[in-house]
Amino acid sequence: MRVAVVGAGIVGSLIARELARYEADVLLVEREPDVGWGITKANSGIVHAGFHDPPGTALARFCALGNALFEQLALELDFAFHRCGAWVLAFTPDERRVLDGLLNQGMENGVPGLTICPPDDVLSEQPYVTPDVAAGLWAPTVGITEPWAVALAAAENARENGADWHVGEAVTGIAVRTGRVQAVVTDRGRYAADVVVNAAGLWADRIAAMAGLSEPRLAPRRGEYILLDASARAFVRSVLFPTPNPHSKGILVVPTVDGGVLLGPTAEDVSLDAKRATETTAHGMAVVRAGATRLVPALARMPAIHAFAGLRPESSGRDFVVGPTPVRGFYQAAAMRSPGITAAPALARWLAESISAEFSLQPKSRFISARKGIPRTADLSAHEWDALIERDPHYGQIACPCNGVTEGEIMEAIRRGATTVDGVKFRTRAGFGRCQGGSCADRVLAILTRELCVSPEEVTLRGPGSALVADRVRP
Amino acid sequence: MTKAIVCVACPVGCEVAAEVVGGEVTRVSGNRCPQGEVYARQEAVEPLRVLATSVKLVDGARPLVSVRTDRPVPLRLIPELTAHIRTLSVCAPAEVGQALSHDLLGTGADLVATRSMPRAAPR
Amino acid sequence: MAAATAAAHVGARTLLIEREEALGGVLDQCIHPGFGLHRYREDLTGPEFAHRLVGELAASGAEVWTGSTALELGPSRPVARVVGTAGLVRVRAQAVVWAAGAWERPVGALLIPGTRPAGVFTAGLAQRFVNIHGLIPGRRALVLGSGDIGLIMARRLYLEGIEVVGVLELRPFPGGLLRNVVQCLHDFGIQLRLSHTVSTLHGRDRLTGVTVVEVDEHGRPIVGSEEHIEVDTLILSVGLIPETRKIEPWVSLDPINGGADVDGWFRTRIPWLFSAGNAVAVFDLVDTVARVGERAGLAAARHARGDLPVGETVPLVREGNVGHLVPTSLVPGVATTLFVRARGPLPRARVEVGPGVVSRLHVGVRPAEMVEVDLSPEETTKLASLPEARVEVRPA
Repeated sequence: MRVAVVGAGIVGSLIARELARYEADVLLVEREPDVGWGITKANSGIVHAGFHDPPGTALARFCALGNALFEQLALELDFAFHRCGAWVLAFTPDERRVLDGLLNQGMENGVPGLTICPPDDVLSEQPYVTPDVAAGLWAPTVGITEPWAVALAAAENARENGADWHVGEAVTGIAVRTGRVQAVVTDRGRYAADVVVNAAGLWADRIAAMAGLSEPRLAPRRGEYILLDASARAFVRSVLFPTPNPHSKGILVVPTVDGGVLLGPTAEDVSLDAKRATETTAHGMAVVRAGATRLVPALARMPAIHAFAGLRPESSGRDFVVGPTPVRGFYQAAAMRSPGITAAPALARWLAESISAEFSLQPKSRFISARKGIPRTADLSAHEWDALIERDPHYGQIACPCNGVTEGEIMEAIRRGATTVDGVKFRTRAGFGRCQGGSCADRVLAILTRELCVSPEEVTLRGPGSALVADRVRP
Repeated sequence: MTKAIVCVACPVGCEVAAEVVGGEVTRVSGNRCPQGEVYARQEAVEPLRVLATSVKLVDGARPLVSVRTDRPVPLRLIPELTAHIRTLSVCAPAEVGQALSHDLLGTGADLVATRSMPRAAPR
Repeated sequence: MAAATAAAHVGARTLLIEREEALGGVLDQCIHPGFGLHRYREDLTGPEFAHRLVGELAASGAEVWTGSTALELGPSRPVARVVGTAGLVRVRAQAVVWAAGAWERPVGALLIPGTRPAGVFTAGLAQRFVNIHGLIPGRRALVLGSGDIGLIMARRLYLEGIEVVGVLELRPFPGGLLRNVVQCLHDFGIQLRLSHTVSTLHGRDRLTGVTVVEVDEHGRPIVGSEEHIEVDTLILSVGLIPETRKIEPWVSLDPINGGADVDGWFRTRIPWLFSAGNAVAVFDLVDTVARVGERAGLAAARHARGDLPVGETVPLVREGNVGHLVPTSLVPGVATTLFVRARGPLPRARVEVGPGVVSRLHVGVRPAEMVEVDLSPEETTKLASLPEARVEVRPA
């Protein structure tokens, strides 16, 4: 039995991992130069509770389930996850009524611990919230994570359990005969497949069309974000939501797992074919800052360190498009708009079980469920770190002073598949801090050059066309 | 003809006018101190600069060794000097102060290393 | 280095901890001359200046650890946790001098709309690529910011054959030393555009160009002045920020300097913790940085032997045209040199400390060049007796 999973974002990687529990050849194919570089790396990083989602939708079904799985998953796969909780803030009587609706919706979706609190309680928990807050909905199960770290961890674990992964390879066709999947064709080869899982993010509509399917119909929605310096963290303890509107959850204030504060996103529909419209705009960034300041006034004067934009796959049905299709062997894991990150673990499990039932797959006798991440020296005890340095002195050389990332960690990231500066950044957090790579980019480039045995001009920021340097000073 | 020169001898930055007739400075005005006159007289006729750049280092801990001319050289020769220095290379180790090239393009200036650089460590 | 040398010379057992393999900090990459004119009366390059200090340090008997990073400092006691290739070490001292220099504001902090391609470098990063790693960042460059590092890099890239299309400066006057405007830009015909900035970045994987715009006196873009310039490299010189990472939870930071509040001894509000150099405020001359480093080292050594009393200090209040100000408070009865940076240029200025204690006339005050005011012990005592001690720079 051969399975091809198209797209190594958080959804595809977790599906590949689940499928790796069974006796089947699993191939994970990713068009970008690295795992987790599509939607997965440009979103709010929130593990949602599930009260935002209309009951009866796949969103609702998989969100609360997925949320509950995150703790265990974080332990198994060794990625950062923090259940910091969230407040939905209301400032008017109308908004207060919306909170009631969210509470009911949440309860219907099986979300535990939801409570609506008066302003005093909100302000005693979150002293920096705008004082004229009228009420707050407290959702204790909301958490924060690094979705690309989840994708990387799942992909590594899938590989350890026998799955294969290819990056920098784009699917160009799906061979279908007599209504069943035969093969996946890419720009590098043809792979026979009995099952294809479409987890291709923004490209899922194209992949589905290759198999003759007209769903999902995707309309990219751009979200702009501003990342604030760690000094802003003093003002934020949990995720803060405004009262949602029919269009979106609103501009959020999100503490990040590495100690920063993320503001955003906007929600702007871009043209249907604009799969890469990830530019930020002056207007969008102004809307982000204003929205965040509405919730926490002190954020108005906090320095930013970075701004970015990501695209989300809105679909006409405003729900996930997941499960089997009229084409036998072709499964959808598409239109994974918010809460796609949260839903991913539950969706992956459900989909793998569906596939194994349909194709009578045998579970493997041995599945290695634990995966150890790259040691984060900044989080180790002195004893553990000393032992690490004893084994490899590179772990005693700090390469990224902002985040305390050592040369040893960077070398391990390269061993695990990083071939670009961003690949190192997303695996180690080198370059993610206050100076945004100003102190370490040259060092990361030197390490990549050395470890990959390439010339400096060949090292890129994020793949072909993004070389950092042009030439040697004295060739 | 009159040349307008910004004096950089001190932070004031006097705007000095130097009258040049037949390649010689006949009059200097606008300076607030004698240093300005000295600077302007040279600058009006033949601006001089210390050139600092790098030379290719063979087998060194780094690919380049930083260098400079040991005295100011004519500004107008800098493009030529830079092109010439680009053709030089030196074997590690280099010592700070070491003259790597003498009398560059007949200017009388030596090119000296401004940093010591050892040989590359064995891999 | 200057602090460690000074402390060791007065008999303190001194350890210098440096995170890079080489000593010298940013001097190592500043291969251009302009250093040491005051301290050594010679026009030296950065590495040569560093070499002098390294020699002085070696002669002083101070211990030196390179490739070692201080992870934690204090807060209640002068203890540092340090990591290096030999492992983790806890270092116990009686006094600490924090002299970690400054870091560069990144492009992300400017929130320039557009893409996030390769090809955007802070000037210091580009300088390291060229001078240390021997790598050319790109083929056609624009420099944003006319601070010294931007001017220096405009020249450096030009001399290495890169097309430098110009230098943009947001304000209506250049940010760097006059000497650098002349010797980096005028000398090579590199255009300086005042009251200009970059409003958009273009190019998905690698920079393909930028939109340049003129700004008004408030720094706001003038609609209709947009111009597209094709470049593959953008060099940023948009601010140096004192590095205070390991001390900022414990000390008070001066919001304009960016570094710790320090008194005439360069002591922070923690009696055993001193700070000097660019880690306090960005200075213009390394000679001055060495001087303040020495003072901090001497004070730290005195504190270590119990000979630097902790007493009331006199906070200095800024008035008018005063930007950076070092130190930010005075110790009564202790002679102190004030380093003052004006916010805007003045052809003739009066620098006053008081009111009514010191008044000095300066000709040609520019933001790029700090002004020094020496205060005698009597003058600092007099300032202590005032309800508020103010520093002002105003037109004369």
